[in-house]
Amino acid sequence: MASMQRRKGPNVVGLFGLLQPLADGFKLMIKEPILPSSANLFIFIMAPVITFMLSLIAWAVIPNQLSTPTFDYGMVLSDLNVGILYLFAISSLGVYGIITAGWSSNSKYAFLGALRSAAQMVSYEVSIGLIIITVLICVGSCNFSEIVIAQKQIWFGIPLFPVFIMFFISCLAETNRAPFDLPEAEAELVAGYNVEYSSMGFALSFSGEYANMILMSLCTLLFLGGWLPILDIPIFQAIPGSIWFSIKVLFFLFVYIWVRAAFPRYRYDQLMRLGWKVFLPLSLARVVSVSGVLVAFDWLP
Amino acid sequence: MEFAPICVYLVISLLLSLILIGVSFLFASSSSLAYPEKLLAYECGFDPLDDAKSRFDTRFYLISILFIIFDLEVTFLFPWAVSLNKIGLFGFWSMIVFLLILTIGFIYEWKKGALDWE
Repeated sequence: MASMQRRKGPNVVGLFGLLQPLADGFKLMIKEPILPSSANLFIFIMAPVITFMLSLIAWAVIPNQLSTPTFDYGMVLSDLNVGILYLFAISSLGVYGIITAGWSSNSKYAFLGALRSAAQMVSYEVSIGLIIITVLICVGSCNFSEIVIAQKQIWFGIPLFPVFIMFFISCLAETNRAPFDLPEAEAELVAGYNVEYSSMGFALSFSGEYANMILMSLCTLLFLGGWLPILDIPIFQAIPGSIWFSIKVLFFLFVYIWVRAAFPRYRYDQLMRLGWKVFLPLSLARVVSVSGVLVAFDWLP
Repeated sequence: MEFAPICVYLVISLLLSLILIGVSFLFASSSSLAYPEKLLAYECGFDPLDDAKSRFDTRFYLISILFIIFDLEVTFLFPWAVSLNKIGLFGFWSMIVFLLILTIGFIYEWKKGALDWE
């Protein structure tokens, strides 16, 4: 990101500044945790814990690679048959973490920032749900491994390309990032829902947010095929599946950061207008059109 | 059955988060005992004027209600999407009727201005 803004990023710690996040984490850990006097202590401490915990357990259903090249199952922590529903539920629970963090800080600014951030997350949650439905229509089940396998012939991102773009933008808005980070930018300027947090609470909330971001990149695998190589050429199959997985995730993280550096910020009412008036009708229309096409031509799996 | 690894993972991640918070408390230097002003809520340097838990903009409430409606719609769409090949044309059209009713509701709220400002 620093090179995109034509300035030198952190390059002091470690080789090329790669150890910088570790140093940041360590610094945050030895800072003093401040508990505001008028805050509701138990909820105050538990809120970033909830945020972080949710973003961790959401990873339990993401498959990594084929366990062996002959079997059709992915290597996953827990092969839930309702994997996608689980992820959707976790992202809805994430809103709780933010609201409790803002409310328990007992500061007007923190609360307002938390409400705005939560309203933004919730608005784009609907559009994410509808796009997930669109993909589910093309596959037969909610199981993550099934979804990846169903993309053996062609990745979903190619026929469903506009849906893919909408999903990516909704993910950006859902994680309060990139051009949609007004609640977060206020944290840099004046206040946000994190204003009262120091050291570890802050670190946990932000680790949770970044883990959520990586999770959304993983969700984009619904469209680009999980561990499958680009073409079915033997030379590509020699590279193990998890390498493909990592390459795709890294690509998405790169685009995330690229978008953040490239675009100006959306104003809050423009953001909400976009979510409700543009994305929701569009994704609803896509659900109807994709299901209509598949039913009409009898291409259902 | 398959949820067992998730339960284990949940406990592990909870422990991890609690340990991380505990570690920061270990290193606390408690200089907040010396300066009670440090603990007051942030308000650009002034004393806090109002209790945060009193006022609430009702637009946020409206957004949450709308979210519930559409989220339930998505929840109804989940089993339909998964079993679309088994329920045939009749299943497809019945869901389209459902979506049509919800779309009429959506158009109504759009016209009424519930989706404006925020």
